[in-house]
Amino acid sequence: MYVYDEFDRTFLAERVAEFRDQVTRRLDGALNEDEFKPLRLMNGVYLQLHAYMLRVAIPYGTLSAHQLRRMAHVARVYDRGYGHFTTRQNIQFNWIKLDNLPDAMAELAEVGVHGIQTSGNCIRNVTTDQWAGAVPGEFDDPRIWAEILRQYSTLHPEFTYLPRKFKIAITAAGHDRAAIKVHDVGLRLHRNDVGELGFEVLVGGGLGRTPFVGKSIRPFLPARELLSYIEAIMRVYNQYGRRDNIYKARIKILVHEIGAEAFAEAVEAEWEAIRDGALHLSDEMIADIRSRFVYPAYEALEDEPAEFVAAMGDPRFATWFANSVHAHKVPGYSIVTISLKPVGAPPGDATADQMDTIADLADAYAFGEIRVGHEQNLCLPSVARRDLPELWRRLDAAGLATPNVNLVNDIIACPGLDYCALANARAIPVAQEIAKRFADLDKARGIGRLHINISGCINACGHHHVGHIGILGVEKNGQEFYQITLGGRADEQAQLGTLLGPAVSYDQVPGLVEDVVATYMELRATPQELFVDTVARLGVEPFKERVYAAH
Amino acid sequence: MPLIEKGRITEDRFHRVSDDDALPEGAPVLVGVDRFLKEAEALKSRQAPVGVIWPNDRPIAEIEPYLGQLSLIALVFPSFRDGRAYSQARLLRERLGWSGPLRAVGNVLRDQFLLMQRSGFDQIEAIKEDDAKAFDEAVHRYSTFYQPATDERPSLLRQRLGRTARPE
Ligand code: HEM
Ligand code: SF4
Repeated sequence: MYVYDEFDRTFLAERVAEFRDQVTRRLDGALNEDEFKPLRLMNGVYLQLHAYMLRVAIPYGTLSAHQLRRMAHVARVYDRGYGHFTTRQNIQFNWIKLDNLPDAMAELAEVGVHGIQTSGNCIRNVTTDQWAGAVPGEFDDPRIWAEILRQYSTLHPEFTYLPRKFKIAITAAGHDRAAIKVHDVGLRLHRNDVGELGFEVLVGGGLGRTPFVGKSIRPFLPARELLSYIEAIMRVYNQYGRRDNIYKARIKILVHEIGAEAFAEAVEAEWEAIRDGALHLSDEMIADIRSRFVYPAYEALEDEPAEFVAAMGDPRFATWFANSVHAHKVPGYSIVTISLKPVGAPPGDATADQMDTIADLADAYAFGEIRVGHEQNLCLPSVARRDLPELWRRLDAAGLATPNVNLVNDIIACPGLDYCALANARAIPVAQEIAKRFADLDKARGIGRLHINISGCINACGHHHVGHIGILGVEKNGQEFYQITLGGRADEQAQLGTLLGPAVSYDQVPGLVEDVVATYMELRATPQELFVDTVARLGVEPFKERVYAAH
Repeated sequence: MPLIEKGRITEDRFHRVSDDDALPEGAPVLVGVDRFLKEAEALKSRQAPVGVIWPNDRPIAEIEPYLGQLSLIALVFPSFRDGRAYSQARLLRERLGWSGPLRAVGNVLRDQFLLMQRSGFDQIEAIKEDDAKAFDEAVHRYSTFYQPATDERPSLLRQRLGRTARPE
């Protein structure tokens, strides 16, 4: 965990005071809605379909039990008893009243949590691997670098009114769980030939109306140069990003229009001028941030303690273990994923009671630490293997042990028409219905890893372009239709999905997905070949033929 | 529109002159960039100070040859949401070495004052009277800053060095 000090706490209190003043000025008319909007957005406050919504950042996905309990409290007191974990390591509260917002924010600020820069045209909450610091084989803990960027970007005087939102993601392991290639800036932490730590820098990735996979503009940037290089990118973007049309204002369009090479040249030229300036990170500064990440006091434990071996005799535990538990860098420990996708529930929702339960379990078994991943699931990053059986029993009792992580039921979905003012179609009920069709988890396991991503409109909050099966809600003559894409992926081999064929109606979607999956089961080369690999090998044609013949 | 200079509301000495109007004799003037560039040579011999309004979509590096003859540079916020002038201001101060008066004009609100100040503006033309009055409060809202900027207040990263973190 990162330990906030008195500076961070003072800053948060000052930020809440500023927002309280802005709300007061809005309520007495000194600020009109047009003026208030960007101010509230930069504090994570949206006006949704039915109410104001508060989006709270979970920097690099790391939460303490104490913080999670406070979120449960906010959900209970100011909302309707639940919160919604998003694809951006945030949590959203959908039903908070405007005049309650400053109080809710003040309560969150007490535990170091806030909605700063979770929205608006600024550098957003920096995201990273939810397994950071726990997974074997990392080049470094990416959260240290995410924290350095968090500090740098918070209320940045030059980059708070950018052409458009700006998202940075970092990965430091071989397998990319942070989807860096579909971010405005993606950073891949690695070591060069002489063992020096640095970043590969990608720019111009993103989803939405014009999706792009990011382009690499620098294979290796020494880590201590991170801030000056990011500042150079931001400065080029701030000056030359388009402002005439919000749909063309993202950095991906600039990179596309002038070309990655020209963009890189402009960045390098700017960087040369500032690289030795105030942003140069000294070893001391890096060490200072590093020292504030406190790691659990791991014990020397066995990988196969008796409690664990005994529990493996229970097929339900063994199934959950196989699906939800991942190897840890420290022997005797595991990384546990808590599925927030029980079949039939809105993906990513957690009730206040569940949040409290997870906080208690984190205290009891996981050094009080919880993580949030972009798949809308939670994780306990460090659990002793001897505690897994007990943890599982308690998760199961709370309805939090659905063993469907990465399976066809582990669907990512945006709020769609149920909450979102921009939606063209429902997303949550589509996810719920598909999940029900595959409710037999043995069957789902037979299908293997398969990511379904659903967005209720072209903005792509559900990452549909990079779903193995992507589902996009569109509107035709006042009715909901859905476009289906196949073969997208968000990992280190990131790729945008290919359109399968004409859009289908709401009622047809679950059946179509079933047909696509059935076709895969017939066509896959071996049971080990993943859905997305079969699509990569065969293209979408064979799927298209079977699926549309049936409908 | 109230002008805030070095933190105080003051009278604007500069006359804003449109492209077609005659320049008032002996008075400081603020002219648009087109006129300025067209008449730059002639303006050099003028006795009274000259300032320019530099738009936010023209590269700021192009101003460099003229810095010696300018007494004021005004950068424009056509909307408070359009933040290009923040980068221009920093480049002027940090790259081009402009130490003269730098003014923010356009749709300027109190919620941006602090950012402007930190980016190097020392004059702000606020669009609302009440905002101008609240200048002091607006720029003193925060006691610490996370990143270095033109105002050279130390960043938190630097401030923290040598201090031990106090766990919560
Ligand atoms: C208040 C509700 C929301 C609104 C109004 C909203 C609005 C938008 C808009 C307009 C975009 C497209 C931006 C662009 O391309 O420039 C976008 C993208 C995105 N949103 Fe949302 N969103 C909302 C909720 C969510 C939720 C709940 C999630 C997560 C479940 C989410 C995650 C994302 C992601 C991951 C993108 C990525 C596309 C990209 O920039 O590459 N959003 N959102
Ligand atoms: S994808 Fe569209 S419908 Fe879904 S949350 Fe984003 S803006 Fe709303």
